[in-house]
Amino acid sequence: MDYTTIITIFVLAIFIGFEIITKVPPTLHTPLMSGSNAISGIAIIGALLATKGTTVGMWLGFIAVMFAMINVVGGFLVTDRMLKMFKRK
Amino acid sequence: MEVYVNIAYLVSAVCFIYGLKMLSHPKTARNGNMIAAIGMLIAVLATTIPDALGNNPALSFQMIGIAMVIGSVIGAFFAIRVQMTQMPQLVAMFNGFGGGASAFVAASEFLKLKNTITGDSSFLVISIMLSLVIGTLTLTGSFIAFGKLQGLITTKPVTFPGQQILNALLAIGIIVTFFIIPASQNNLLYITVIVSALLGILLVIPIGGADMPVVISLLNSYSGIAAAMTGFVLYGAGQESAGSALIICGSLVGASGMILTQIMCKGMNRSLINVIFGAVGGDDGGSVNNEGKELNIKSYSTEEAAMIFDAAEKIIIVPGYGLAVAKAQHAVREVAELLEGKGKKVLYAIHPVAGRMPGHMNVLLAEANIPYEQLKDLDEINPEFEDCDVALVLGANDVVNPAARSDKGSPIYGMPILNVDKARTVMVNKRSMNAGFAGIQNELFGNDNTIMIFGDAKDMLTQLLSDLKEL
Repeated sequence: MDYTTIITIFVLAIFIGFEIITKVPPTLHTPLMSGSNAISGIAIIGALLATKGTTVGMWLGFIAVMFAMINVVGGFLVTDRMLKMFKRK
Repeated sequence: MEVYVNIAYLVSAVCFIYGLKMLSHPKTARNGNMIAAIGMLIAVLATTIPDALGNNPALSFQMIGIAMVIGSVIGAFFAIRVQMTQMPQLVAMFNGFGGGASAFVAASEFLKLKNTITGDSSFLVISIMLSLVIGTLTLTGSFIAFGKLQGLITTKPVTFPGQQILNALLAIGIIVTFFIIPASQNNLLYITVIVSALLGILLVIPIGGADMPVVISLLNSYSGIAAAMTGFVLYGAGQESAGSALIICGSLVGASGMILTQIMCKGMNRSLINVIFGAVGGDDGGSVNNEGKELNIKSYSTEEAAMIFDAAEKIIIVPGYGLAVAKAQHAVREVAELLEGKGKKVLYAIHPVAGRMPGHMNVLLAEANIPYEQLKDLDEINPEFEDCDVALVLGANDVVNPAARSDKGSPIYGMPILNVDKARTVMVNKRSMNAGFAGIQNELFGNDNTIMIFGDAKDMLTQLLSDLKEL
């Protein structure tokens, strides 16, 4: 299997990450952290696919779905809760 | 169908990138978060719908449904219940679950693929190992960080002789295991997971409470990197588009955590290596070091302070974590609003490490309805002290210690500080004369233009408010 394409995507994504994250002002660093936390819950799609197949694999997938879901739901909700508080004069 | 799924994953990645981009301003940030959440929904649907529509669904929807409901309930419970002061703990915990999810996916893939592994699959095996190691140590390390922040484990550095040698041996052990145990054996999985779990605990346990902002930023980054590694696993296992989605999102989170880690290190003038292996920084005022010259302290009452405020035009408030501990954010806002009502300019100076995680103080002040335009970061506010009449320091200590600029022998020398001493008058509110986090005395308190107002921040501000009203 040729892995050069995927490694290219990986490297470019890191650059995009650095570019957009450096533009986030310090005021929003906590919501950035909880929000990016929720995004790392993308592991959920791997978790969903992991539930296919063997019984043990399925149970590991079950736990992974649960963990990722805590991350996704909790992360986006708490970020929204915080961002709601940032008001102008 | 496959093409649609691929496009859906691409759309979800674009949603995450765009959502993060919208976090560059408080006005658009909330919508940005919403867009990122929609991206996640798209990704989940793209993974489940084609399977449900297919002729022989392989996903167990009942099982997935149960896992999702349990996860959602737990996540929502904590997200709604958490207090803003507890945000570092919550983020630490979520980092842990993120890393854990990646590790479990990698373990599941390992069990599925181990019999098909050939000499050609080394990329896949390495991806699985990296995903397992980073994911597992993020899980255990985050829970140690959570325990420390929640006060369940001592915030003091836990050290023992040979600790770093042990850590190095464990790290080497993982690599050796990888080379000597064939990928077809379950033992490879078990040993890697156990050693990584141990390593996660041992890496975080020697880090003191004051350095936790660096640790949670770093673990945040790890949770992203773990997701990216899991992406490589999926890619290698033939799920190319799902794999790319994980790699893109994981990289974004990894980069974000890295940037925040750098900012926190810079804010404390520490290198990452020094934080991880230094084992300094205990709990609040644990060891008080009163050596050095006697300070000439001038203690004022709130009534006298109120008169100084009355004559001032420009006031800068410097909040430290002590303010949040005293739950005095609302009291600060009331004082600030009253002063603004009298035509004075009020700004807030926020040091990068003012809170317990990046940007924490801003959230704590936003919660008290303090408008975000008034919150200024270090670079923005420092020139403002020159023509400032009163700098009011509330529960901050090391971040306003001029020794960081001048005293080469000071442990905090070189740390960027807020130049409050440049203000015409500096008012410092503290409970007592205890030293700060770094355990060092602050010369600022003895300066000619510094006055001290002792007492609990909330009581002091409430008293100050009524004194100001009486003027």
